[in-house]
Amino acid sequence: MNQAFYNIICNKPLTKDVYEMKLEGDTSHITAPGQFINIKLDGFYLRRPISICDYDDKTITIIYKVVGHGTADMTTLGEGEKIDVLCGLGNGFDTSKCNGKAVLIGGGVGVPPMYNLCKKLLAEGKDVTVILGFNNKDEIFYEDEFKALGAKVFVSTVDGSYGTKGFVTDVLKDLEYDYFFTCGPMPMFKAIEKIAETSGQYSFEERMGCGFGACMGCSCKTKYGNKRICRDGPVLEREEIIW
Amino acid sequence: MVNTKVNLCGIELDNPVIPASGTFGFGYEFAELYDINCLGTFSFKGTTKDPRFGNPTPRIAECERGMINAVGLQNPGVEKVISEELPKLAKCFSKPVMANVSGFAIEDYAYTCEKLDKEEQVGWLEVNVSCPNVHGGGMSFGTSPEAAAEVTKAVKAVTTKPVIIKLSPNVTDIVSIAKACEEAGADGISLINTLLGMRIDLKTKKPVIANKMGGFSGPAIKPVGIRMVYQVSQAVNIPVIGMGGVETAEDVIEYIMAGATAVEVGAANLVDPYASFEIIKNLPDVMLKYGIKNLNDIKGCAHNG
Repeated sequence: MNQAFYNIICNKPLTKDVYEMKLEGDTSHITAPGQFINIKLDGFYLRRPISICDYDDKTITIIYKVVGHGTADMTTLGEGEKIDVLCGLGNGFDTSKCNGKAVLIGGGVGVPPMYNLCKKLLAEGKDVTVILGFNNKDEIFYEDEFKALGAKVFVSTVDGSYGTKGFVTDVLKDLEYDYFFTCGPMPMFKAIEKIAETSGQYSFEERMGCGFGACMGCSCKTKYGNKRICRDGPVLEREEIIW
Repeated sequence: MVNTKVNLCGIELDNPVIPASGTFGFGYEFAELYDINCLGTFSFKGTTKDPRFGNPTPRIAECERGMINAVGLQNPGVEKVISEELPKLAKCFSKPVMANVSGFAIEDYAYTCEKLDKEEQVGWLEVNVSCPNVHGGGMSFGTSPEAAAEVTKAVKAVTTKPVIIKLSPNVTDIVSIAKACEEAGADGISLINTLLGMRIDLKTKKPVIANKMGGFSGPAIKPVGIRMVYQVSQAVNIPVIGMGGVETAEDVIEYIMAGATAVEVGAANLVDPYASFEIIKNLPDVMLKYGIKNLNDIKGCAHNG
């Protein structure tokens, strides 16, 4: 983990209320896909934890949804402004556990961390299928970006306005895979848990105080003992989760 | 040169800055960022007789200039704190540490304090009396002078190190409670713990925190802390540690002027992990700016005003 000011080099809407922000600064503390950053915003007391969508040696891409006053304020930040960021938080996905065909399942704003994960798995020479779940056609983002990486991409929409009508599990049930990685809302997790036939990793969300393991605000019980979502997570292995 | 040293119950601190319990874990997360030996000391995560998971989540809510937490004293229990956490802490912190203790019955406080008192690393015992008394109808020990004094006596009877009683601000007369602790043998008083607060989510129409209510902390509560330190430090003859909303070296000086001997930094550590480090770094310059050569010269100076 490090704390620094990052330059905003881009902050633009991808859909009505989902934005992509690119930051420039030290990325040396990022060790795995699925980690997150914690952003300090003027006028708000606690930081905002946001997953890392992609990164290279000097830039970070995050994708965030406007869900409250803080994220609404974030949309007003422009190119050239600086923001205070804690970077490289959480454990991230462990790709070494996946040998064989991987399926990546992202629901809504659970899609972004799948992007760098997809890149990494492809770079490791693995076969990757991606399922992106949204409510409707207007909410879809990053379908082309995933395709450009070279992954097989399926999209599901709840109202059937694009791709498979229904949920990510309506795609998943017909796929062959050896391991899964997922991030998204709890009802999606529970649906996956019911039908998944392999091991996998889930990335959880929880209200956090600090984001780096000091306050115990985001603890959960697992089969391997108490864990802090911010520090020991956000990624937990299927075998340890208590639903 | 300025002198930032203070004496807390017979132990000299290099500076009066002490990260508060529950905001600093057992130190390791912060030791990854800076050498925590720069601290006066720190008060470690509230420890109880038995391991506790704490409350269900969500445990955290944001507020204007602060936050509410209802963690519920998650900790591994005193045996594991001694066998696992303290040896790990010894690798990154060489000063005496403040052991923060909570309990739900008088015997629990005595049991936990007696164990921690024997640990060489422990310099002070900070006893949190804000917990509900399971044998007293769930009323917090810290809300009655008699119950707070009873805890103090029970802990003093089984310990040798300075005992600091950490008081709750959720009371009608903080001074009478502080005095009762002093009379029962307390070596110091620390205050304020968090203010009881609550937030409701307009979308779900429900409390934000699963426990419904929680402890409000952050800069918004600083005036309450300053006022209570001002009142208590005039009424007792033992050192007072001030806390509540400390974010800057100026805040530290304000608490000392109100009568504090040392100052704890709480929620600020969570928002900015370097907060305590920065306060210590800035303290000498801020002292110079206000013409303060020695912190002891200004202790309680506001009492004369």
